[in-house]
Amino acid sequence: MSSDWNKDRKIKFTVQDPCQIVRKGEGDVVADDLRFVIKSIVGEENVIEMTPNKSNNYCCGGGGGFLQSGFTEERRAYGKIKYDQIIKTGADYCITGCHNCHAQVHDIGHHYGGSYGTVHVWTLICLSLGILGPNERAYLGDDLKDVNVFHPETALY
Amino acid sequence: MSESTIKIKGKKQSSFLDKCKEIIPGGGNLNLCLTCGACASGCPATGLADMDPRKFLRMCAMGMDEEATKSPWVWMCTMCQRCIYVCPMKIDIPQLVYNARATWAREDRPSGIMKSCDMALRNDSNSAMGTAPDDFIFVVEDVLEEYKEAQPEFKDMVAPIDKEGAFFFINQNSREPVTEPDEMVPLWKILNLAGVDWTYGSRGWAAENYCMFLADDDCWERVTRVSAEQADSLGCKVFLNTE
Repeated sequence: MSSDWNKDRKIKFTVQDPCQIVRKGEGDVVADDLRFVIKSIVGEENVIEMTPNKSNNYCCGGGGGFLQSGFTEERRAYGKIKYDQIIKTGADYCITGCHNCHAQVHDIGHHYGGSYGTVHVWTLICLSLGILGPNERAYLGDDLKDVNVFHPETALY
Repeated sequence: MSESTIKIKGKKQSSFLDKCKEIIPGGGNLNLCLTCGACASGCPATGLADMDPRKFLRMCAMGMDEEATKSPWVWMCTMCQRCIYVCPMKIDIPQLVYNARATWAREDRPSGIMKSCDMALRNDSNSAMGTAPDDFIFVVEDVLEEYKEAQPEFKDMVAPIDKEGAFFFINQNSREPVTEPDEMVPLWKILNLAGVDWTYGSRGWAAENYCMFLADDDCWERVTRVSAEQADSLGCKVFLNTE
């Protein structure tokens, strides 16, 4: 894996530590593993941390069934802390390692008018390896839609 | 003695808090609160529904069982456990919240969570979207064929379903196969390039478990057993949940 694709672009990333995997699971060890991977694929200088993070991270509000509970207004109020944290980093993207986080971080960004993107780690690993096709970029913004495209001739739209 | 004096009549009746102490492994330290407020000050749910974790715990400690357990706040706490992490006494407030959810009549619990749980019980997929095993198999095979052809470097890529003896049993959130199937492909590519021995299951392939969020223990167990039994029957060594 390489971060060369981002050497000159300097696109910035922050990371949402999933409560389930980090605080409730393996602890800071797995949070550090996640950062090892992320730094390898986007470049260490392009990772901007939220504070607090790792085991002390704030939940984004996507867990516990909140996304399906019908309490949409309250869920977004809950997520305002996370939104403000992400905005404060100035990052172009928030990487989420959990499906519920992905849905919630994406939704609060949209709701509060943020311009950051929300991405799965798998997307960025494949991007850095040069094997991410044109139709596997649903969560990449215009700044990354045309970067390192694998088989661009297969684009559907 | 004034008429408003509280008189204690014999032994205190078993309260919600006492019941939880019996259920929670280790008791949850529920009587050790110092009222410091570290939990509430660092909880994103503080203030929602006029509640916070300290207030919730104190209300339970004072026997205000009905007011606490029936607060809609129990559905706004995500049980993320940050309150336990920062608590000097490691009090398990999230378990108190979970058990409060379980005191609600099933039909009174949030219908979105209940419907997602009920969907998962419809067939052996465990999918909150109700997707049947055959539909999942069709989508995976269809997408795989499409990509093998379009990206010949991956002509040998596999996305096995029910592969006997695979090391990893991997499940997948329903959203990918059902609404954005191309999103499954980057994961497959990484697994294939790394030479990982993995499989999906035709039964229990869906990663989400809304019966757990619903605090419906019987249905939660049923859903979990479908997945676990599938992984066991295939002889898989590691269960990998991608949620």
